[in-house]
Amino acid sequence: MKFLKFLVIIIFSINFFLFGRVFAAGSKIEYPEKNWSFSTIFGSFDKASAQRGFQVYKEVCAGCHGMRLVSYRNLAALGYNQDELKAIAAQFEINDGPNDEGEMFTRPGRPSDKFLSPYPNDQAARAANGGAYPPDLSLIIKARPNGANYLHALLRGYEEAPNNIKVPEGMYYNKYYSGNLIAMPQPLYEDGVEYLDGTKASKDQMATDVTTFLAWASEPELEERKQLGVTVILFLIVFSILSYFSMRQIWAPIKNKN
Amino acid sequence: MSKPKFKNPVVNWIDYRLPIFTFMNHELNEYPTPKNLNYFWNFGSLAGITLVTMIITGIVLSMNYTAHVDYAFDSVERIMRDVNHGWLLRYIHMNGASFFFIVVYIHIFRGLYYGSYKAPREILWILGVLILLLMMATAFMGYVLPWGQMSFWGATVITNLFSAIPLVGESIVTWLWGGFSVDNPTLNRFFSLHFVLPFVIVGVVILHLVALHRFGSNNPIGIDVKGKQDTVPFHPYYTIKDLFGLSVFTTIFAAAVFFFPNFMGHPDNYIPADPMVTPAHIVPEWYFLPFYAILRAIPDKLGGVLFMFGAIMVLFVLPWLDKSSVRSSQFRPLYKLFFWILVIDCIALGYLGAKPAEGIYVILSRIATAYYFFHFLIILPLLPRIESTRPLPVSISTPIITASSNASTVMAMREKK
Ligand code: HEC
Ligand code: HEM
Repeated sequence: MKFLKFLVIIIFSINFFLFGRVFAAGSKIEYPEKNWSFSTIFGSFDKASAQRGFQVYKEVCAGCHGMRLVSYRNLAALGYNQDELKAIAAQFEINDGPNDEGEMFTRPGRPSDKFLSPYPNDQAARAANGGAYPPDLSLIIKARPNGANYLHALLRGYEEAPNNIKVPEGMYYNKYYSGNLIAMPQPLYEDGVEYLDGTKASKDQMATDVTTFLAWASEPELEERKQLGVTVILFLIVFSILSYFSMRQIWAPIKNKN
Repeated sequence: MSKPKFKNPVVNWIDYRLPIFTFMNHELNEYPTPKNLNYFWNFGSLAGITLVTMIITGIVLSMNYTAHVDYAFDSVERIMRDVNHGWLLRYIHMNGASFFFIVVYIHIFRGLYYGSYKAPREILWILGVLILLLMMATAFMGYVLPWGQMSFWGATVITNLFSAIPLVGESIVTWLWGGFSVDNPTLNRFFSLHFVLPFVIVGVVILHLVALHRFGSNNPIGIDVKGKQDTVPFHPYYTIKDLFGLSVFTTIFAAAVFFFPNFMGHPDNYIPADPMVTPAHIVPEWYFLPFYAILRAIPDKLGGVLFMFGAIMVLFVLPWLDKSSVRSSQFRPLYKLFFWILVIDCIALGYLGAKPAEGIYVILSRIATAYYFFHFLIILPLLPRIESTRPLPVSISTPIITASSNASTVMAMREKK
């Protein structure tokens, strides 16, 4: 029992350290919390939503943001079959080479290619966005505190700026962005995409879908990890119980002697 | 050959020439261990197993890791995405570092509470503090390897501390960096050192164990073993108890690895290092926060560095600061009180280390820092003069009877006789 109390102290103090840090990070803005299917213990990705999210990414975000860590073949995890993957990859013109003549050339994408980035380099990305850098989105959900809720909120956080705030040229007011002034113009509008599966493309729907897609891209191992985790932990609990009773049995003569 | 010791003739033949089996039998099987150890004595073996886990996962990670500023971040992501079970390896290694510190900090506070650093275990204790220092160096350099924003800026802030050294400070920093900023040469040498230091730790751990086995474990009541009746052989009594401890520990560890792998990490480290963009708040890993708080509490840079290192240095001389001859705080009512105040002080320092260095936090950090040193340098040496310790039991076997002598056990004993 003493030991349990002690465990609680340990867990409490680590939380204490970490929360100190979260507050230190200055995230005083609260975002609405959503129940993501991937946030729970047995969590998994909503495949249909992630596919729609990919469509939003491809048709809207990909104009400015790359996802250089993800390959087209990885999309198989969202339920696309090989032919669909080939077709998706082939929509992109990939730079390749040099060939036998020493020339660079372009060819249609293959599933093994990484997602094509919209800009050849960071400087070009900045130049096209008024000096601001549109970050790569492959890890964006893990790279922000409370990533999924943050992104979902950010995409819907565009508003008229309050009167006392002057919004400079090329900046936009967003109530969830730290500092409220962001260089990304509002990307999502009602019916901004026409979903292949016929779902109504409301702003919230698109924000939810693209967040699901990006959460998958950040943690493609999530489903496997959680499934394996459940098995491992069940095994370990049984093992702990067994070793506890073996211990009791082995120690019984010593304890009884006293 | 005298009476054969082992049933297996091959084992016997070898043992006669190379007494490795006698040694193992002596140190791991017969090894007499106090029979009253509580669960806090599990953390030594847990630390050892965690070290081995770190080394195994680390070696496999190294097979897939590229120590170059242009590829390090992506190579870690390749481990996460494309290497079979690479995510598992990396999350074990990453969370393993945190759990290593949790285990070792508990192990150290166990030592403080039960006075395990006192004679004749001073060298054992000093070797332990040395392990802590080596672990800190290893973990610091390991955190630089994935080359995220916190890797880069953490490395920059910490290496810059050396510039506080008078006269040669700047040259030392340049030498550490292998250039004029944290860059590729820095990453390369950190990788090299991060690879080798754990093996140095293994060496010191072996010495730590040699010193331990000289006098055996201390125990919760802190008095010496008086005879065979006070001990049990290590195997099977403590092997099974360590196994049980290990399985509970692994369950908690697995929960972190599989369900909250990034809880103890910082989101900024998933942004590739960028020397042109400084993060809003540069914070070290949680296990460094108490020291970070001390560093920032001192207004002077050199002073801060000295006090930060001093916080560990006092641990080296602790056996001579605490002059009480009674080990366990069970018999030292005042020491016990101050022990718990120290625990709270250290947690407070950790909390303050995570806060921005401004306003009330600076003042609180200074108070907490002052108290930390006050505890070791003033309270401990003076305490024996005013403290009246409780009477010590005659032997380990006696108090077990008195402690649990409620009517039923006494009755049970009588009946057995
Ligand atoms: C017109 C180009 C453009 C489009 C289209 C665009 N973005 Fe951005 N985005 C930017 C720029 C520029 C920034 C950098 C903003 C800054 O630094 O102020 C940015 C920043 C971001 C950030 C980082 C915010 C932070 O916390 O730092 C996220 C996340 C993001 N965009 C997501 C998206 C998503 C999702 C989409 C598609 C729905 C999208 N963007 C579409 C240009 C764009
Ligand atoms: C004392 C034991 C050790 C500690 C405390 C430790 C700590 C760490 C830490 C904190 C990280 C950063 C994790 C992250 O954020 O990604 C890391 C990374 C790494 N470590 Fe270790 N480590 C230890 C042993 C080893 C050993 C023995 C090796 C190799 C032989 C090794 C190889 C690596 C590699 C290749 C990385 C980079 C990959 C990654 O970031 O995941 N480590 N280590």
